[in-house]
Amino acid sequence: MGAQRINWFHFAAPQRFHSLAGRAVPWFAALAGVLCAVGLFMGLAVAPTDYKQGEAYRIIFVHVPTAWMSMLLYLAMAFWAAIGLIFNARLASMLAIAIAPSGALMTFLALWTGALWGKPTWGTWWVWDARLTSELILLFLYVGVLSLHAAIEDPRRADRAAALLAIVGVVNVPIIYFSVRWWNTLHQGASISISKGSTIDPVMLNSMLVMTLAFWMYAFAVVFARVRSIILERERGSAWTRPHLRALEPA
Amino acid sequence: MNLYWDSWSEFLAMGGYGLYVWGSFGVTFLVLAGEVLTLRARQRALARDNEEANGDDL
Repeated sequence: MGAQRINWFHFAAPQRFHSLAGRAVPWFAALAGVLCAVGLFMGLAVAPTDYKQGEAYRIIFVHVPTAWMSMLLYLAMAFWAAIGLIFNARLASMLAIAIAPSGALMTFLALWTGALWGKPTWGTWWVWDARLTSELILLFLYVGVLSLHAAIEDPRRADRAAALLAIVGVVNVPIIYFSVRWWNTLHQGASISISKGSTIDPVMLNSMLVMTLAFWMYAFAVVFARVRSIILERERGSAWTRPHLRALEPA
Repeated sequence: MNLYWDSWSEFLAMGGYGLYVWGSFGVTFLVLAGEVLTLRARQRALARDNEEANGDDL
């Protein structure tokens, strides 16, 4: 087996990651666009109606993907923040802080679409139950990490402080996820489970999965694009950034 | 694969839930478009700062 060993640390250098991410962004963006078109068509035009909720149920095709991404991005942010903190790795810290704004937006959208779903279905925009409250706390955690980072001038000190907050906040993610099981809440339980399979119509399920993949690819594209800007902003003094900065300028 | 709807107006009405459904999808795509535009603006700002900093060697 002549399998070549990939040296992942090769890409830990901001300079190399900058060009790798630059090549990856258009692919992720294209994938996101195609998956989104397919998912929207399936979810809005093909999927049958829900006999209990009526057409308002179609909100789940944006609600579930944004809610999943809000948690997944938090875990990714905390993971890279921890790597940055433990190994004093600059790129990992930059990735963590590049993930935060996208995570905050996904959390906002999960709350927004949830409110628009809740009004016709539950009769209320908002209720202080465990699922909704813990998701709101997630939004505050993202905002907290971003403001703490922005408040400290020295970028490496800012990275460390924001990392600590991000890592402590991880405890909230399982609370969100299991809240519908641990407490009696208005929010319904999961319709998809690894142990019991899915309890929903296959077209609905596939639309939801395709939309989730679309949002995932979108998140990769925007996070990589953002981390490229962060890398150039922070490494501006290094000679390697000069041609890249020049390339950004309008001709 | 059959379309669920018989007409565009039926599709837009969403069984009377149009405001909620389109309010969700609309705001979601506005927010994502806003994020992409913000990223573009950040890149442009970076280029502008660089141009200013290197103004004399151009």
